[in-house]
Amino acid sequence: MSDNGLTPELMLDMYYHMALARAVDDRMWILNRQGRAPVVYTSNGHEAAQVGSAFALNRGEDWIVPYYRDLALVLAWGMTPREIMLHLLGRADDPNSGGRQMPAHWGHAKLNILTTGSVVATQDIHAAGLALASKVLKDGRVSVAYFGEGSTSQGEFHEALNFAAVHKLPVIFFNENNGYAISVPSRKQMAVQDVAARASGYGMPGVIVDGNDPVKVYEVVREAADRARRGEGPTLVEAKTYRFVPHSSDDDDRAYRSREEVAEAKKRDPIMMFEARLKEAGILTDEKLAEMQKKIKDVVNDATDYAEKAPLPDPATLGDHVYGTL
Amino acid sequence: MAELSYLEAIREGLRQEMERDSRIIIYGEDVGVRGGVFRVTEGLQKQFGEDRVIDSPLAEAAIIGTAIGAAVNGLRPIPEIQFADFIFPAINQIVQEAARIRYRSNGAFHVPLVIRAPFGGGVHGALYHSQSVEAFFAHVPGLKVVVPGTPYDAKGLLAAAVQDEDPVLYFEHKAAYRSLKGEVPEERYLIPIGQADLKREGQHVSIITYGLMVSYALKAAEELEKEGISVEVLDLRSVRPLDVEAILETSKKTGKVLIVHEDNLTGGIGGEVSALISEHALFYLDAPIVRLAAPDVPAMPYSAPLEHAFMVTPEKIRDKARELAKF
Repeated sequence: MSDNGLTPELMLDMYYHMALARAVDDRMWILNRQGRAPVVYTSNGHEAAQVGSAFALNRGEDWIVPYYRDLALVLAWGMTPREIMLHLLGRADDPNSGGRQMPAHWGHAKLNILTTGSVVATQDIHAAGLALASKVLKDGRVSVAYFGEGSTSQGEFHEALNFAAVHKLPVIFFNENNGYAISVPSRKQMAVQDVAARASGYGMPGVIVDGNDPVKVYEVVREAADRARRGEGPTLVEAKTYRFVPHSSDDDDRAYRSREEVAEAKKRDPIMMFEARLKEAGILTDEKLAEMQKKIKDVVNDATDYAEKAPLPDPATLGDHVYGTL
Repeated sequence: MAELSYLEAIREGLRQEMERDSRIIIYGEDVGVRGGVFRVTEGLQKQFGEDRVIDSPLAEAAIIGTAIGAAVNGLRPIPEIQFADFIFPAINQIVQEAARIRYRSNGAFHVPLVIRAPFGGGVHGALYHSQSVEAFFAHVPGLKVVVPGTPYDAKGLLAAAVQDEDPVLYFEHKAAYRSLKGEVPEERYLIPIGQADLKREGQHVSIITYGLMVSYALKAAEELEKEGISVEVLDLRSVRPLDVEAILETSKKTGKVLIVHEDNLTGGIGGEVSALISEHALFYLDAPIVRLAAPDVPAMPYSAPLEHAFMVTPEKIRDKARELAKF
């Protein structure tokens, strides 16, 4: 593999986080179908794009502003499976929101993951704002907004890219294009083939990358981050990928895409492909894989048990944190 | 103590805050080289540089949204919305983001942010350069909303807003910019948000108001004094949070309350103030609570007779207060 700073250890760690995310995701769906978790938003299929990008940044130091699809991203960024499950089950110790937000509304102050709402593309502007402060304070940080292709129809996507480009802000706009905004295919979302094509309208580079290849994503994001840190401004990255399961536990994707299409896409499952590649390179052995799978199983079981036993929020805290001081 | 206009008081306040705290940045449309369309920020870019006084792209959601991000990441942004009427493209960022970030993150994040916007009419600004928009934001938990009515309050409320750890909307009346003058101390002082001010003591009628209407109410009170009607004027200064204690105190004292605002009647601040009095001071009242506000038409028209018919004036306040005194 090319000289990109990715050691075998780092690549194994990437693989671990991708596989861990898939396992956590699977567990969340089971908890939902058992009636133990009200709703689930998936990252199933997006793992390479998310983990590859996280590894290209200073995890926990740079800023990320994720969207609801980004389970694998926040895991790779340092959020623990226990914290994910506390969030899913609305527990008091959920670091994302203390049980206030729906699942997959990430935010973790200690890890520099900015809290996010549900209206898509609002986070793009926040990433530009974080980067504006980084530029003024010269703190050397890069901020990354994550978003689906559907949200690029929003005016705030445009406003964010334009603002960031004008002020040459150290920010990356990372699009996870899986071809569908819930049920609406991208051809009904935009009249261009690629989200990245829009970058030229803002005066920034637009880069298309195979979102199922974590190494390629890593390389592209690392270059974008270097560029941002050099003061050369933002980059729009479009990671082409696919969501293998419905948008959420309340969705049924049979209504808008064929089983054949999904089966075809699964042939390029990023975890399967990366596993094969690491094995071929002699980095991952059957023994190591079995060891890793055992660890993942234990971690997911532990996280589930831990969160289910954790206390729910006290109703008396309903009025907390409306203001700092009144 | 120097006599400053309302506009100069705001500018001096901004300058003083920026000198005191290097984390403060100002940005918005035309605020840099031009010093703002009303000249409020004149000279600030020259003094503090282009990194701290920024001419931003013409996009309100981006102005507020980036200010949110910048505030989280260590700055103290004071974005300007050129006219309060233009704030609506940013309403999602203000109401759903700035106001909720502390709450939804369980206190992990907060947004120290002051959004300045000139509001109000009487200057032939028509539908889109005249609006009073405070009631939309006063409805929202997580926001604070201040509306200074004098140069002194303008400077002191600005300092308090900048000091605050939560998002504050600071609405300044564009007709007050040059028409209102008053003594303003040179040194920094804070007027606590949520504290009303009794601008005039009286016995017969209480006028509860804010913004430009404070000076109008004071004019009306002076005229009524000649007729033997003694009017008390309470300036709310903050419309969220409201100073409930001061509202109840003046209501109990005179027993007759006239609430005045330039914003239209239905769903305005007057309804909330009136409800508070009804809930907590009903048996002190000697007359029904009266509201005087703009009519429920979509916004202020341009042509002089239409505009005049829309605006609350000192004469309209005087007549309404007289009527109430005689009840």
